[in-house]
Amino acid sequence: MIRPISNERVEKTREEILDIIKSATLTHEQKVTCLANKADSLLEVLDEVPGLDELLNCPQEDRCICDLSEGHAPLRPRYIAPDYQKLMKEGCKYLNLEPPTDLYEALNTLLIFYKHVPSVTNYPVYLGQLDDLLEPFIDTVDEATAAKLIKLFLLNVDRTVLDSFAHADIGPKPSKTAHYIFEAEKVLEDAVPNLSLKYEEGVSSDEYLKEAVECALVSAKPSFANHKMFAKEFKGNNYVIASCYNGLNLGGGSYTLCRLILGNIAKRSSSIEDFKEKQLPYVMDVMAKYMDARIKFEVEESGFFENNFLAREGFIQREKFTAMFGLVGMADAVNYFMGKAGKTGRYGSDEEANQLGVEIMEIIDKFNQSHTNKYCEGTDGHFLLHAQVGLAEDIGVTPGTRIPIGEEPEELIDQLNVLSKFHKYFPSGTGDIFPIDVTVHRNPEYVMDIIKGAFVKDLRYMSFYSSNSDVIRVTGYLVKRSEMEKLDAGNNVIQDTTALGLGAAKNGHILERKVR
Amino acid sequence: MQGIVTKIIPFSSVDGPGNRTAIFLQGCNINCKYCHNPETRKQCINCGVCVEHCPEKALSFEEGKVSFDASKCISCDTCIKVCPNDSTPKSKYMTAEEVMSVVKKQIPFIRGITVSGGECMLQPDFIKELFILAKKENLGTLIDSNGTIDFREYPELLAVSDGVMLDIKAFFNEDHRNVTGADNYKILENAQYLGENSKLCEVRAVIAPDLYDPIKNLKAMGEFLIPLYRINPFRIKIIAYRPMGVRKEYSSMRVPTKEELEKLKNILSDMGFEEIIII
Repeated sequence: MIRPISNERVEKTREEILDIIKSATLTHEQKVTCLANKADSLLEVLDEVPGLDELLNCPQEDRCICDLSEGHAPLRPRYIAPDYQKLMKEGCKYLNLEPPTDLYEALNTLLIFYKHVPSVTNYPVYLGQLDDLLEPFIDTVDEATAAKLIKLFLLNVDRTVLDSFAHADIGPKPSKTAHYIFEAEKVLEDAVPNLSLKYEEGVSSDEYLKEAVECALVSAKPSFANHKMFAKEFKGNNYVIASCYNGLNLGGGSYTLCRLILGNIAKRSSSIEDFKEKQLPYVMDVMAKYMDARIKFEVEESGFFENNFLAREGFIQREKFTAMFGLVGMADAVNYFMGKAGKTGRYGSDEEANQLGVEIMEIIDKFNQSHTNKYCEGTDGHFLLHAQVGLAEDIGVTPGTRIPIGEEPEELIDQLNVLSKFHKYFPSGTGDIFPIDVTVHRNPEYVMDIIKGAFVKDLRYMSFYSSNSDVIRVTGYLVKRSEMEKLDAGNNVIQDTTALGLGAAKNGHILERKVR
Repeated sequence: MQGIVTKIIPFSSVDGPGNRTAIFLQGCNINCKYCHNPETRKQCINCGVCVEHCPEKALSFEEGKVSFDASKCISCDTCIKVCPNDSTPKSKYMTAEEVMSVVKKQIPFIRGITVSGGECMLQPDFIKELFILAKKENLGTLIDSNGTIDFREYPELLAVSDGVMLDIKAFFNEDHRNVTGADNYKILENAQYLGENSKLCEVRAVIAPDLYDPIKNLKAMGEFLIPLYRINPFRIKIIAYRPMGVRKEYSSMRVPTKEELEKLKNILSDMGFEEIIII
């Protein structure tokens, strides 16, 4: 049942469509994506949720819920994490691919498959656990050939998967594959793929971690995921890190991601009690219902799970999907109430402010544990909390539970201690980013010690980059400074995430993080 | 017992391997022209010049002594710049236990502590106490020293130290006198002793071409050190002179080029040294 919309909205959309078509900076692929989004923006088919319109479709400064441009009629889940191991073992009927027998075939098979894995970006957000996938084939060619093939594979991915939310995983065990990836990335310095090393002390050797850190200080990847923590939360270790840093079931994914804008929910509250007892629970309830409606449409109406080859052949299973209950602006909400109470303490540096943050987190966690959705069997019927990293157009919105840029504690130890209070709440992802002084190039063990300590202290996910490198981490994804400069000068750039990075540099001050 | 502590840096990437808490002790017995933290050289004599100049009123006189209020300090370093005595009003007396309680905050993010200065070996008993406490926490313990104090006299301290990072500011004595105002005989004896006992973990040479001939000195230093290196390998750091923080009269010396530093590194690696770091 399609509900009618106003003629003004149709006319406005038509103008926006023409603007997209005429855009000088969007590439062809970017235009097609934008046009598709405009098309489904004209639909109104999701179950109506009372109260949603006022919280979602309002000026930016009042918006309490954001659906991250997923559209009005989701035709596929937001994030899809196919089981690529099945592809390696059994091939794919739909694509008429036999199981690969050597490294040439393995890499070619993956590259073909990536073209057919959709997501909210229209590019795959998960590229597989590359070491497990490729290690069985790595000795089918000599070492120099293996190194070259892996490098060409990564180059191919960067130039054809045009979105740096595409995420590959390695670890926790060392591998030749990972070694070749590090060697290649140090030279390529490309933004795609995003890369996570699942680290576990004792399983991941020090040599392996050191090689990874040295690679990260040149190419801003890999990031480091707390394997022990994720493996405990996801049954049988079968989790992936996809998109920015999102923990999800392998062979599943996330139907949707919506986010609470905590700073704006604070502003509509008359007091901290009103926020905790009324406004926040109300907005969370509306958002959860909206997510339920989106999931219902995807599962019951869109036909994706009945018709797409990924589901038909079992590369994904509907039962392994979940949804991500996101939030931004913890710092903004806390600082709003601190200011209102006439207190000078700020989130990140003041004990009382940090404690208020924890109390808010507990309320959100409790709500999520009490809300159930029958299509989230893969995560015990609940959504997973997600500390969302922000959007390019966010102004005055602090990502997730991060400390605002410019307000980081003078000493890194104090920052880490604050983060350790919050990372544990977010199985579907949170993370912090640390630009590192170039001197550390001569002492990668410095970063290694910080990672090891952090994971003992319940941090979940950390990214580092060198303060002078070209590839940098914006919020959860990578961009090249040189590409942002090109785009800023009005040129086309191939990856759509470059535009997000430029927005974040201008609105989110990401180039001004405290160097450690 | 108490030590005189200039400052404690919670996370340091430049004071030994890995992440370490660095403890700087106040006071030094030589006078390097390129000293980049000259405020650590002497003890405060409570002359009060800094109290007059502090823009934030973080310094005051209390019972004839300069008192420092950390909560008001904005780290503008005015006090250090105006000090006529190469000192700082911010150094303070702390017990080993007090220092350790600051160090503990960094566990498990650090692999150890490094005591530096000034010249930390002017307070050897304090270091020993601190290291005994650190060892109880399974932390590594390194001494960063100019090598002018005879380590042979402190076997108990060495027993709780993982090693010493030793400066050899010039190999030839006349050059060393020119750079530091002091002889280097004791320093070379210390290098020998520490090397033979596997307690030498790093040797540092600051390269300031205006003060001495770096090639000649580094060659001779390498030849002297290589037998010790074969007993137990250690890191060599080639540190370029930089004007930051250096006293005005010595802040316009020539900074060595990257090529010069690479050349020095090659001389040492040709001799057989493996881990050579240019900073």
